[in-house]
Amino acid sequence: MSDLTFTLIEFGIKAAIIINIVLVMASVEVYLERKISAWIQNRVGPNRVGPMGLLQPIADVVKLFMKEDLVPKAAHQGFHRLAPLLTLAVAIGVYAVIPYAHYVTIGERTVYWGIAPNINIGVLFILAMTSIGVYGITLAGWASNSKYSLLGGLRSAAQMISYELSMGLSLIGVVLIAGSLNLNEIIIYQRDAWFGLRWLVFLQPLGFIIFLVSSFAETNRTPFDLPEAEPELVGGYNTEYSGMKFGMFFLAEYANMATASAFIALLYFGGWSLPFPEFWDSLGLVEGTWTRALLQFGSFFTKLMIFIVFFIWVRWTVPRFRYDQLMNLGWKVLLPLSIINLFVTAAVIIFFRL
Amino acid sequence: MNNRKNTEAERLTFWEKMYIPEIARGLGITLRQMFKPKDFVRQYPEQRWEPTGSFRGRPVLVEEDGGERCVACGLCARVCPALAIEVQAGETPKDKERYPEKFEINMLRCIFCSYCEEVCPEEAIVMSKDYEIVYTSPQEAILGKEELLVPKAKLQDRLEFLRQYK
Repeated sequence: MSDLTFTLIEFGIKAAIIINIVLVMASVEVYLERKISAWIQNRVGPNRVGPMGLLQPIADVVKLFMKEDLVPKAAHQGFHRLAPLLTLAVAIGVYAVIPYAHYVTIGERTVYWGIAPNINIGVLFILAMTSIGVYGITLAGWASNSKYSLLGGLRSAAQMISYELSMGLSLIGVVLIAGSLNLNEIIIYQRDAWFGLRWLVFLQPLGFIIFLVSSFAETNRTPFDLPEAEPELVGGYNTEYSGMKFGMFFLAEYANMATASAFIALLYFGGWSLPFPEFWDSLGLVEGTWTRALLQFGSFFTKLMIFIVFFIWVRWTVPRFRYDQLMNLGWKVLLPLSIINLFVTAAVIIFFRL
Repeated sequence: MNNRKNTEAERLTFWEKMYIPEIARGLGITLRQMFKPKDFVRQYPEQRWEPTGSFRGRPVLVEEDGGERCVACGLCARVCPALAIEVQAGETPKDKERYPEKFEINMLRCIFCSYCEEVCPEEAIVMSKDYEIVYTSPQEAILGKEELLVPKAKLQDRLEFLRQYK
């Protein structure tokens, strides 16, 4: 068989595994969300379906599948059906460039963990895909032909555009320091000094905070969940959706949350890199062995889960922003701060020839 | 012109305006809350709540010596503000006594006011502790004598409560 066939098989297997991981992760997140919110509110949370309620997400999905799938008569039939697909496809598409661990060597092949982790515009790809996510939500808001949905969609568009600016600008600091848009190279930069702990969060603390806040806004999570704002907008862009179409929005939201957590872990907390790489090398677990790769995956996954829990924790702590407060924070605080951060970073790099 | 003085925004200190420390404080509060024992929750179908005698649950007829205490005077039906009770009297072989041939309470109408219990001269209708009142059809919600009769022993708490406070 030719090399192309092997490559196709490899990528097919990787894609199947990763899509399944995304879907399972979403249900794990739903479970965590319900449990943690319950604990914060002095409740017990789901504990009936399966041991400790672990099968609750499955029951939820079954419920969503059984529900009647309504499309309002006045809605734009095509776009109303397209919007959830678009949102979910984009949310899953981002996972193509995320590196889960470095690589393993099988025979003479070097198999990287991730579908295309070495793509040289990884950072740009993720930014581009998350901004396409806005289209899905805005389209859902407009195509539903309902005022609540439209308001939610408009808010979502305005909010995402405002926060994407400061998000992108705070990212440029990372890219300047690491000198690459390739996600694996950004991780390798963080691994290669300070005992594998040259995490960019130590070099870019302000940029990290700006990025964190913006990613909350980008994923429509509280305190920036104005597009869905149940008390004022009934549910925002997903008001007119039911059954599995609503489920797809739900899934996309949780997939986006995992993406944001993964992105934070990759860019600011060293991604899959293990602390003290020499120590692991001396144990014989060199790069390319399965054990090393699994350890790296464990390192990445731990960071990912910590940030997912943090996202959930914040949601049940902080109340929602008012619309003008949201815009003030985005344009008058975060944007100037991220520009200052960018200039200071660039100046330090130039003057100290780092 | 005084209305613009001392607004909420002006009262905030510098660090409060910076958001981050205050958010961190809030996160600390919720974190502490997360690890508190959850003793307020009752695992319902396993752990049931046992009401006290003062609880007004489903109204029932007191069963004594194999029959009802009720003498079918119809006062309860007369006083019921929701018109939930229907009584039809019948003659017994004993002198000057009657019994209810038909005694129906429509639980869809009952408002648990306990007026029937208050007005009853024989202490024959009392409020029980039954709070799990569920029906699958409106016909099922009309309770006849078979469903309403409850042995006196089971209603002891309520009867004692009535002696003390009525």
